[in-house]
Amino acid sequence: MNMDMPQVSSNTAPIVSAKGLSKRYGATVALDNVNLQIAPGRIVGLVGPNGAGKTTALRAILGLTEFDGELTVLGLDPRTHRTELMQQVCFIADVAVLPRWLRVGEAVDFVAGVHPRFSREKCEAFLARTKIKHTQRVRELSKGMIVQLHLALVMAIDAKLLVLDEPTLGLDILYRKEFYESLLNDYFDHEKTILVTTHQIEEIERILTDLMFIKDGRIILDASMEAVGDRYAEVMVAPDKAEAARALKPLSERQIFGKSVFLFDGVDQGHLATLGELHKPSVADLFVATMKGTYA
Amino acid sequence: MNAVTPVNKFTWLLKREYWEHRGGFFWTPMITAMVILSIMILVLVSAEFLANQNGVNINGIHLEQLTKHLGESEIEKMHAGVDIGLLSLSFPIGIALFFVVLFYGIGALYTDRSDRSALFWKSLPISDLSTVLSKVVAATLVAPVLAMAAIIALQLGFLVLMSLYALLHGINPFPLLWSPTHLFALWFKLVLIIPVNALWALPSVGWLLLCSSFARSKPFLWAVALPIMAGVLNSWFGLLKTMTLTSTWFWQNIVGRLLLSIIPGSWMDAETLRNTFERAGDDVRISMGPRLDAGFTFDAIGHALVSPSMLIGIVAGVAMIAAAVYFRRVRTESYA
Repeated sequence: MNMDMPQVSSNTAPIVSAKGLSKRYGATVALDNVNLQIAPGRIVGLVGPNGAGKTTALRAILGLTEFDGELTVLGLDPRTHRTELMQQVCFIADVAVLPRWLRVGEAVDFVAGVHPRFSREKCEAFLARTKIKHTQRVRELSKGMIVQLHLALVMAIDAKLLVLDEPTLGLDILYRKEFYESLLNDYFDHEKTILVTTHQIEEIERILTDLMFIKDGRIILDASMEAVGDRYAEVMVAPDKAEAARALKPLSERQIFGKSVFLFDGVDQGHLATLGELHKPSVADLFVATMKGTYA
Repeated sequence: MNAVTPVNKFTWLLKREYWEHRGGFFWTPMITAMVILSIMILVLVSAEFLANQNGVNINGIHLEQLTKHLGESEIEKMHAGVDIGLLSLSFPIGIALFFVVLFYGIGALYTDRSDRSALFWKSLPISDLSTVLSKVVAATLVAPVLAMAAIIALQLGFLVLMSLYALLHGINPFPLLWSPTHLFALWFKLVLIIPVNALWALPSVGWLLLCSSFARSKPFLWAVALPIMAGVLNSWFGLLKTMTLTSTWFWQNIVGRLLLSIIPGSWMDAETLRNTFERAGDDVRISMGPRLDAGFTFDAIGHALVSPSMLIGIVAGVAMIAAAVYFRRVRTESYA
């Protein structure tokens, strides 16, 4: 096994870098000439409607699918170096279920046996905080406990990139909150990078450092959260000023309590403040406005 | 952080196979052995009731013989007879092993794709090559070694049972039934043919793993129905004289090698098998002495190892295993 991975030359070298990344399934275009870079120490939310190409993009990054174009992860081609890559990359996907016959103790033993960057002590410490017992089989655990187990295994691995694909799908709010809190408090640091997709975007927008929107296989927004805050603004406008607001070409308009709420992209916020009450838009509102007409 | 050597890693992959298939690898041969022993106990108990009228004959050993005064050469013949009895005890476990390995091979690279846990295994730094090889080794060595342990347990159980029975009739069983040299010679040969069986099984194991890694659904149909259909069609066209392959040849060398080579000892040709068990039927003449284990001689094993069918089978098996590695790499994406 090749332990001497090509080192990322400096802290600023991108963890993931894609140029002209494309993938077709027959006539369907899943990824259409995607260019993106993910820097180390970021938490990137990849958000898009169903079928937009999120999962395909993650699969390409994880070396689970062929693709056209250029893609390097930690300086390696994921197609040809999946095994080396997996020493530095972890992933939890809603679809990547733990085998139901596996016992918890066996899972810990196995990962400890095959993963050079796994710390059994850390894993046991995480498991000690849950109700999971070593003798239990995965099939005896609830969905939330399975995710806890998977997270305990993954957080005990000192990886550079963690890929999460709908990791909390089907979990209740308690498990979801705990999941992201553990990640932030016990796992994430400036050496690590997290790439996450989820539909429960409102729950994670506070922890993201970067936001990417993907639609029809194309990245239509790629910005840091600060840049998003500078660029987009939401104004609550009384009916008498609504026409003036519409003249500024808002992305979207919705009605609340007899007032209109407009979402603007790149309009001077000082000027917008004269129309009404200014808010930072939620990522969810931004998403809805941007993806308008996706399923039409 | 964690010392991981390639050998350690591979051992963990084998443990993984064992954990998942404990039922097939360990319990199936063990339970088969226990069932056979229970049947023997039943037979002995009922034999007790009938023994007064007729001589009892179990696995070719006439108990009447035990009651006679035996000379040295007769004791030797007795041991040879016991050998045959012990050897034939390995058959049912061999058949059980065949079914275990057949279903193991068909599911090995399919089940974890269909329940999507393959993605979990693929999230660990394990190459597709070592994953597939761990399954080859599990099928050809791990399962047979455990079956071998069950065979030895069954043989010991049988000897203990027979000894108790003999004692019950006032006969000292030790000089008659227990011969350490014979036992260890038998076990040595049984262990020795495990790697021969493994090499012979490669085309079957390769074929099963190929179907298992390739099929998007119904791997059983691919693995079993496809060769049998091909055999049937070939026989049919053979009848019409449009093909040159004779149908027996095709069944034996294609269908048989793809599906049945995982039967332990199936590399022994019919001739040597007949020699081995020629007179091991219901009346052991015991005069057969030296011919007893003709199929088991080192000559016969060496001959089998260099036979064209063995060598071509190994090449075909390795090629199919390589194809299975390829499909293991590319087939995950169909489960989005």
